[in-house]
Amino acid sequence: MATAEIPYQETVPLHHPKTWIGKYVFSQDHKVIAVQYGITAMAVGLVALLLSDLMRIQIAFPDWSWMDWFVEDYYYQAITMHGMIMVIYLLTAFLLGAFGNFTVPLMCGARDMVFPFVNMLSYWVYLLSVIILLLGYIPGLGGPTGAGWTLYPPQTITEGTPGADWGITTMLASLAVFIVAFTMGGLNYITTILQARTRGMSLMRLPLTVWGIFVATFLGLLAFPALFVSAIMMILDLKIGTSFFMPAIVSLGQTLAYDGGQPLLFQHLFWFFGHPEVYIVALPAFGVVSDLISVHARKNIFGYRLMVWALVFIGILSFIVWAHHMFVAGMHPYFGFFFATTTLIIAVPTAIKVYNWILTLWKANIKLTVPMLYALSFVLTFIMGGITGLFLGNVIIDIPLSDTYFVVAHFHMVMGVSPILAIFGGIYHWYPKLTGRMLNDTLGKWHFWITFLGTYVIYFPMHYLGFIGVPRRYYENFDSSFYPASAEFLNEIITITALIVGVAQILYIVNLVHSYFYGKSAGDNPWGANSLEWCTPETPPGHGNWGEKLPTVHRWAYDYSVPGSEKDFIPQTVPQERTS
Amino acid sequence: MAEAAQTDQGPLTTIVDDWSSDVTTFKAVPWGKAMMWIFLLSDTFIFTSFLVSYMAVRMTQTDAWPEPSAVFSLEAFGVPVPLLLIAIMTFILITSSGTMAMAVNMGYRKRKVAVFWLMLATALLGLSFVGMQAFEWTKLITGEGVKAWQNPMGAPQFGSFFFMITGFHGLHVSAGVAYLGIIAWRVLRGKYDNTNFEIVEITGLYWHFVDLVWVFIFAFFYLW
Repeated sequence: MATAEIPYQETVPLHHPKTWIGKYVFSQDHKVIAVQYGITAMAVGLVALLLSDLMRIQIAFPDWSWMDWFVEDYYYQAITMHGMIMVIYLLTAFLLGAFGNFTVPLMCGARDMVFPFVNMLSYWVYLLSVIILLLGYIPGLGGPTGAGWTLYPPQTITEGTPGADWGITTMLASLAVFIVAFTMGGLNYITTILQARTRGMSLMRLPLTVWGIFVATFLGLLAFPALFVSAIMMILDLKIGTSFFMPAIVSLGQTLAYDGGQPLLFQHLFWFFGHPEVYIVALPAFGVVSDLISVHARKNIFGYRLMVWALVFIGILSFIVWAHHMFVAGMHPYFGFFFATTTLIIAVPTAIKVYNWILTLWKANIKLTVPMLYALSFVLTFIMGGITGLFLGNVIIDIPLSDTYFVVAHFHMVMGVSPILAIFGGIYHWYPKLTGRMLNDTLGKWHFWITFLGTYVIYFPMHYLGFIGVPRRYYENFDSSFYPASAEFLNEIITITALIVGVAQILYIVNLVHSYFYGKSAGDNPWGANSLEWCTPETPPGHGNWGEKLPTVHRWAYDYSVPGSEKDFIPQTVPQERTS
Repeated sequence: MAEAAQTDQGPLTTIVDDWSSDVTTFKAVPWGKAMMWIFLLSDTFIFTSFLVSYMAVRMTQTDAWPEPSAVFSLEAFGVPVPLLLIAIMTFILITSSGTMAMAVNMGYRKRKVAVFWLMLATALLGLSFVGMQAFEWTKLITGEGVKAWQNPMGAPQFGSFFFMITGFHGLHVSAGVAYLGIIAWRVLRGKYDNTNFEIVEITGLYWHFVDLVWVFIFAFFYLW
């Protein structure tokens, strides 16, 4: 390995802000940007959480008179906004914007992202996209769109769908702006990982968190363009009357001016983005969980190289499976066969990862800290959601289950709950480095058990509801003959649990705020972890992260419980010869 | 010193060495250049999505699709010449890539004034391209009655895709003209004197990309 190179960033001066605003508001420091991303994402996530609780109350207790104001339109708007906010503005923004910004320079041994100014713009443009999205709720504009988060035309822009004029415009505009923001951030993450590592940090010594973020960012840069293009085309259909997605159509007794467009084209573009999007949120979660498991089990990650290659293969495969979201759209059976096959092949690298997590835990010195609890629950939940994915990936099983609560259960388990659990785990893990104080353990454990068990009470029964054919997205089920009393009972249980889990998040917010001021002092390396972020000269890391000189890396990040060494961990900065 | 060690090795070994090394993966590639390449990769997917959508809609179209060589013909000396304007526009854009390449060359020789004039020439060629595009749009809209939402010659999607795709490309060219102008001015003012003038090459990457995209739009829209 050639190591004669001097890192470029050791030779260039760092931008030093002089004012308070320059340090904490329009900051170019990656750690401040990470916090800004995180707080904004969590704030908008709370809105989505509130919307989901409103929906749940409507589903289980449609007769409650004090919910009468929650009419059909509001329900569909809540569905749409909940889905879009959770997938894009919370999960993508948090995993890449907050975790990506915080961990990439620290774990690569860089002083900052390669273009801090662009990185700062990324956050402000993201904030702008969130504001545009929420503009849909301004009274008098007809409310946000109620088309469902997939925004399928033609119903998305025909009259009768809530928000068919302004709501959908703000949604599409907000998505386009978000993609600009993501691109500015994503270019930074990739360039930093490829070109701005420290001495001795080869790609195969990077912690898996960085690998997950790296592959996911690539997916984002290649998948978001399809969404960007479809957003532009739909805005044109809507505002100037082109017919990209709109066929000749009769709506409310009137022939519309549209002619000759292809609604299916939108579905293809949307899912060409939409499926990689699943992995944009899953891969960083995989990475974070791999690191959490290794640190808190005091054992090296099993099969590091295979973990890396599995991430890469999942990333590549995710681009050729998109039409499994469209089995009921009337596609040719051979197409269905192709997409079912590629979908099931993804199970192979994914299973490799799961086996490796379990083999890492095998005979390990497991510490049941709060981050570890979250990491373990991620593995469990991901297996659960992944296995139902095998059912839905088969055309013949997917068709009867399509548009039932089984699908809702599947994707909430696999890409809703799992990444959220990984995010919580990551926050409990890195909070001490970010603030210098530990989060409260008791509150953390209460928060964990309520959230974890709660999500199972919520989503497990939904599989059953799906099997008996309860359709999703229905405002009210009335007294349908297929709808047994057991389903009604389950819906009530689910709603009550959802409310409890929703309220329990107060524990987490209280913990974050309280510990920031009164938490136990953390020290530099409370978990005894190896990766570079725990080797900073100051905690929390100062501007420029490393003081005078960049650290030098001598080993991978997973030397835990090495036989013959004094301590059960050897940080990446310790030279090889000093350990034997 | 790394080069001396690698002279007797094949290209594959060198690639493996680079990817398994520390600090940088692409040796001697500045951050900005790496970032521009990755951005262009992402932008490729945007134009690909546009063009694939166009192909999908055109192939499933039941209304007649206008004959491009007839629609885009221009009268010269009393004779209608098919694709005359487009041929000139394409020629101009490809010429501008030539002047851009010369600017990059002059940049690495640190001849700032030559860089400035060549980049300015590139920008002016780009500007004339956009000007001709405006002329073509005007002719199509006022002369032939083609609008983004209607087309007297057949399928309305002809106009929709034409204005959307060439418009999006035209925005790229316009942005490129502004970008070229700013960088040319900053080169002349000596902002990059301490560097190797790689910024000229980075600007050139973007410009060549916009040029290359035009070649595809030309092939798929005007020749199909």
